[in-house]
Amino acid sequence: MRRSVSIAVVTVALVAGMGTAAISPKSVSAAAQEKPATAEVKIDNFSFGPAALTVPVGTTVTWTNRDDIPHTVVSTEGVFKSKVLDTDEKFSFTFSKAGTYPYFCSIHPKMTGKVIVQ
Amino acid sequence: MAGKVKDEILYDHNHDGIDRRGFLKCMAWAGTGALCVMSGGVLKSYSLSRLPELSGKEAMGELSFVQISDSHMGFNKPANPDVAGTLKAAVDKINALSAAPEFMLHTGDISHLSKPEEFDTVDQILKSAKPKDVFYVPGEHDVLNDDGKQFLERYGKGTKGAGWYSFDKKGAHFIGLVNVMNLKAGGLGTLGHEQLEWLEDDVKHLKHSTPIVVFAHIPLWSVYPEWGWGTEDSAQALAYLKKFGSVTVLNGHIHQVMQKVEGNVTFHTACSTAFPQPQPGKADSPGPMKVPAEQLKSVLGITDVNYLQGQHALAVVDSTLA
Repeated sequence: MRRSVSIAVVTVALVAGMGTAAISPKSVSAAAQEKPATAEVKIDNFSFGPAALTVPVGTTVTWTNRDDIPHTVVSTEGVFKSKVLDTDEKFSFTFSKAGTYPYFCSIHPKMTGKVIVQ
Repeated sequence: MAGKVKDEILYDHNHDGIDRRGFLKCMAWAGTGALCVMSGGVLKSYSLSRLPELSGKEAMGELSFVQISDSHMGFNKPANPDVAGTLKAAVDKINALSAAPEFMLHTGDISHLSKPEEFDTVDQILKSAKPKDVFYVPGEHDVLNDDGKQFLERYGKGTKGAGWYSFDKKGAHFIGLVNVMNLKAGGLGTLGHEQLEWLEDDVKHLKHSTPIVVFAHIPLWSVYPEWGWGTEDSAQALAYLKKFGSVTVLNGHIHQVMQKVEGNVTFHTACSTAFPQPQPGKADSPGPMKVPAEQLKSVLGITDVNYLQGQHALAVVDSTLA
């Protein structure tokens, strides 16, 4: 009985070891980019600040609504679209491809901005 | 502010970038409001304090209705932490009118965030109003997240498209338009091709003498495009209404009373029942304007409209909640 138990333990360890081996390449690449790039856009006084933001590929941009009125962040070309953001609510989007991404507030369409991803 | 402005209608002679030809501003925050009577394109104005001098028939007309706007139920910021309370005050004001209105128009932004409970609260409060029929058009705050589906289910039964419709009352033709959908980046309010076609068809067979009342959320005239206070394709809509002798356009959205007369068309925007917004260009943004608590009700209000059959006259009366 004792023997069979120890075999079972070894098998579990092996499987776990294989699992680790399979995962590790991903873990290494994540570690290489340990500080994922982030950037902030503040919504104040019915405007996006900065109105034009330039970031490297892979950057996660977070918009924060600091107005007393709800706003949205909607890509003009349909790439991203936030839910309505009430005061202090946030929306984030990670830009994985280079390009220029114009966006606006669909409630107050005079509010426009763009993210330039290089 | 309320103490500084006289209780009268002010002609604005400032040339600050807004087309104010024939511009008439009823300063709601004067604390009392104003009565504007249009007859044959000539506008007569009285301060509300002179209302008792007018004969009952003159002031009441044969059709009386009331416009409320921008309840923003759910808003709870310093500009007004109790929008339910001020909406109730608006209902009290309506119930106290000497000529009981037959129905109400709500020109949008019923809710602040399109939440079901916000709409429920407004419905509940409006139940205590004497006029039982309420005709709605959506504001941009009523169609958040669901392209207006909930609004249509609640308020738009039997309407066309995004919620536009028309109806007749005592010889006057009422048209509710929707200009808050599919807004484009950098643009203003939009009616859209489908709605404009419907409008053209809707008024085609009406007699030119039929008084027309158009109501929509965003102003159908260019109040201040820099803040989005206008509608891209309103000129096309107005072109279809050109043949009529009396057109009254009632809007909300800008949370203050403004009026302009152009030919046979009177444009009018109503106060909010929730919070005031700054005069065009007088602040960094059109965000809610905080006034001292004791002044709040003097910058909120309702609009009472009276129509005298056969005289082509619509009297527009703004009164504050103070």
